[in-house]
Amino acid sequence: MKQYFKYIAILALGIVSCEPEFDNPVDKPGAYSNGEADFTRYVALGNSLTAGYADNALYITGQENSYPNILAQQFEKTQDIEEFTIPFMNDNAGGLLLGGNQITQNRLVLAVGEGGSPSPQIYTGMQASTEVGNVLQGPFSNMGVPGAKSYHLGFSGYGNVQNIATGTANPYFARFASAPNATVLEDALAQNPTFFSLWIGNNDVLGYATSGGTGEFQLNNLDPSTYGPDDITDPNAFAGIYQQMVQVLSASASGGVLVNIPDVAAVPFFNTIPNNALALDAETAANLTGFFQAVSQVFAGGLMQQGVPEEQAMTLAAQYAITFNEGPNRFIIDVEPSESNPLGFRQMTSDEKLLLTIDRSALAQGYGAVSLSPQVMQILGALQQGQMPTQEEANTLFAAVNGIDDEDALDEAEIANVRQATSAYNASIEAIADANGLGYVDSQALLNELAEGGISFDGGTITSEFASGGAFSLDGVHLTPRGYAVIANEIIDVINSTYNAGVPKVNVGTYSTVTLSNDVQ
Amino acid sequence: MKKLLFLGLFGLMAAVTYAGGYRVSLQGQRSLAMGHTGVAVVNNAELAFFNPAGLVYLENKINVAAGASAVFSNVKYQNSEFGLSSQTDSGVGTPFYLYGSYRVNDWLTLGLAAYTPYGSSVAWPTDWAGSHLVNNIDLQAIYIQALASVKISDKLSVGGGPIYVNGSVNFNRNLNRTLSDIEGSRANVTVDASGVSAFGWSASAMYNATEDLRFGINYRSEIMVDAEGGDATFQNVPNSPLTPFQNTQFDASLPMPAELSVGVSYQLLDKWLFAFDYNMTYWDVYESLDLDFANDQIPDSQNPRNYKNSATYRFGMQYLANETVTLRVGYYFDESPVQSGYFAPETPRNDAHGFTGGLSLHVNEKFSIDAAFLYNRYEEVNESYDYYTENGQSVPFEGTYKTSAFIPGLGVTYKL
Repeated sequence: MKQYFKYIAILALGIVSCEPEFDNPVDKPGAYSNGEADFTRYVALGNSLTAGYADNALYITGQENSYPNILAQQFEKTQDIEEFTIPFMNDNAGGLLLGGNQITQNRLVLAVGEGGSPSPQIYTGMQASTEVGNVLQGPFSNMGVPGAKSYHLGFSGYGNVQNIATGTANPYFARFASAPNATVLEDALAQNPTFFSLWIGNNDVLGYATSGGTGEFQLNNLDPSTYGPDDITDPNAFAGIYQQMVQVLSASASGGVLVNIPDVAAVPFFNTIPNNALALDAETAANLTGFFQAVSQVFAGGLMQQGVPEEQAMTLAAQYAITFNEGPNRFIIDVEPSESNPLGFRQMTSDEKLLLTIDRSALAQGYGAVSLSPQVMQILGALQQGQMPTQEEANTLFAAVNGIDDEDALDEAEIANVRQATSAYNASIEAIADANGLGYVDSQALLNELAEGGISFDGGTITSEFASGGAFSLDGVHLTPRGYAVIANEIIDVINSTYNAGVPKVNVGTYSTVTLSNDVQ
Repeated sequence: MKKLLFLGLFGLMAAVTYAGGYRVSLQGQRSLAMGHTGVAVVNNAELAFFNPAGLVYLENKINVAAGASAVFSNVKYQNSEFGLSSQTDSGVGTPFYLYGSYRVNDWLTLGLAAYTPYGSSVAWPTDWAGSHLVNNIDLQAIYIQALASVKISDKLSVGGGPIYVNGSVNFNRNLNRTLSDIEGSRANVTVDASGVSAFGWSASAMYNATEDLRFGINYRSEIMVDAEGGDATFQNVPNSPLTPFQNTQFDASLPMPAELSVGVSYQLLDKWLFAFDYNMTYWDVYESLDLDFANDQIPDSQNPRNYKNSATYRFGMQYLANETVTLRVGYYFDESPVQSGYFAPETPRNDAHGFTGGLSLHVNEKFSIDAAFLYNRYEEVNESYDYYTENGQSVPFEGTYKTSAFIPGLGVTYKL
């Protein structure tokens, strides 16, 4: 029997040495190359896009699928790296509490309404539980701070809980700042990063754009401390701040990547509600055309009464004789009244944008066209019978024009401001990347590609189409995990070519898109 | 003592795929040690499985053989494009057999057999890269068979009998590659059916051409195991009318394919025995694994398999070393029934080379201990499963697979 047990022992040895082994295992050192880059301590700086913000909130699964975390997981396949740490939120609901009061909303989810059509709604399935005052013990590798502009990263006190109420501090940074007066940049540098990524500057134009251009373009104002929250940062101020940050970050790091700023036109927030969504049947179109003809005539008559020569009056009034056709028509937008446009409205031009946040039910009830009250109808009827309107009646008629408000649209001049700033920022970013030998990631080109036809992957095509395209989350500005994976792959491409590395990409199709839930009120 | 030990093992009735498809060729330690040959070998009660016709040629009135194997099998998956890697953690499977024969008279022997020729137990890490195809599967089938072996002459006998199958399946996979609830937990479905019964039969013949040369043929019928009213349990499904997955019942059919074995054995100088078996398993019946959910809101799940018939070539050799020890070695080549493009990770099998060895210790005239081991060698294979679709588009699941299997087994032979 002893002999028998000896055989058993031999068999047992065989079992131990029986693990299947690949000829070229991908999970062993040497499978992939980090090239000239050293990813040991990777630190990501940026704003909401870096933090993994999505659906108008920051929440755990979004943070897990942030592009820096995706990158870190792929870096780890090329070399040993230190743990990539993330200042995780407390839940997947997403809202922030300050002193127990909720100061930011819960995330959006795609909910199906009673009519069966899906739309973004605020998730109410659980209470927000992330208290800003519970400061996390860092340091954190993902230093992305939602809401941060270029000049905020070096701004002392940006993480001071006491200053959140006054708006000079950021609650997201307050959650993990090493000290109340610490800056984002200092906390990043203190980690002695061997590799970094920087994607900042989006909010330097986006605050302006998402407010419908209600702020100022601070051209030639080099002092950001005088800027309002919805202003556009001066491109020279941006370049100076950016240059300084990159210099200190790249001083000790083996390398890094700089990501440029996408075009507003590529973002569904500005592209989902078409400016010609005024759909009319033939009768309504004729009525509207008649209304604006009346407006034009009454206005011309008024001018002539004030002694304006007929020809001049007719020319000025002609712009208000807007014609409408059966089918889609562009909306009427309010503008600042001026000498050339005294009534202060016009039809939108083809390039102008409506914001995703516009009240869509109002649009269906005359917002962006005319509010036809019985009183107005009466005046129109009187006009048709050849009666001259009183001044009061004329004013009532003009006031019936219900143009789109400034904060609900980006007009041509505002778009031009945003584009001018964006292209100036991007020129600076590219030049700074070149001068410092860093990777330059053209996210603008990438997002344009998503907006114009999309990018194909193994399960279809990912596009910028709101809610259904797969790239953008339900806030229309921030990306889905799949969208962030597309960015991560682009960054990997740049790293591989800049640093002669072989970091493997991720499979975009395995990253999720928008989250479904009917746990809404 | 030994018997008690084996009875304990029977309690862990789980089987692990290590041969083609979900066929588990471990139906006797003596046969296994000889490359799992046996259709033309008269050795012990293992004949009940390999060739019931031969039972009537056993010398003793009562013959019992029982045993179990411990299956240590692992599969690794990797995808070098994305740097993905996973490994199964399937535990240890313990397929078993229990055979008995009783000679009624000179020309008739009756028998009973219980064995586990089909089964699969594969557990990938939950939410691994292929989790939309399978997270884990545990498929078991116990065959219980009544046998008769009839001697027509000293040269020719026939045998066979009806088979009762009791099967169970438990299978879990994620609903697709991305669907998650609000917490990011992946939506998945578990289908579970147990106590599923089915019937079949086997028939065989043995021909002794000379004292030293035997031929055998055995056919075991296809048995379709129809699971009806199994439980389908959905987990982590978002609360949304767009994902109407609610727990329901399902129907599914899984074939235990027919198998034909023919073989020859030759005895040389009393001490040597050589055996060759050829098996053909009629896998082409396994076209698709379809789950038909009772709830009409839930789309039925259709998973093409398109297996092909596959052959196994087996060689074995036995040497009577002395009165107490019999030594055996064997080799077989096992063709995979899985066709290229249908390589689903729930049965990730490619062609296998099986190397076997073992021995019997004859403790006394009545009682022997039979030990065998099997080492399966698989080539690394680049394969894909191309029949998973998203939005009507095929999304192949590709990668490199490498399997290993090491299977020691113990049994006893008792004759009276």
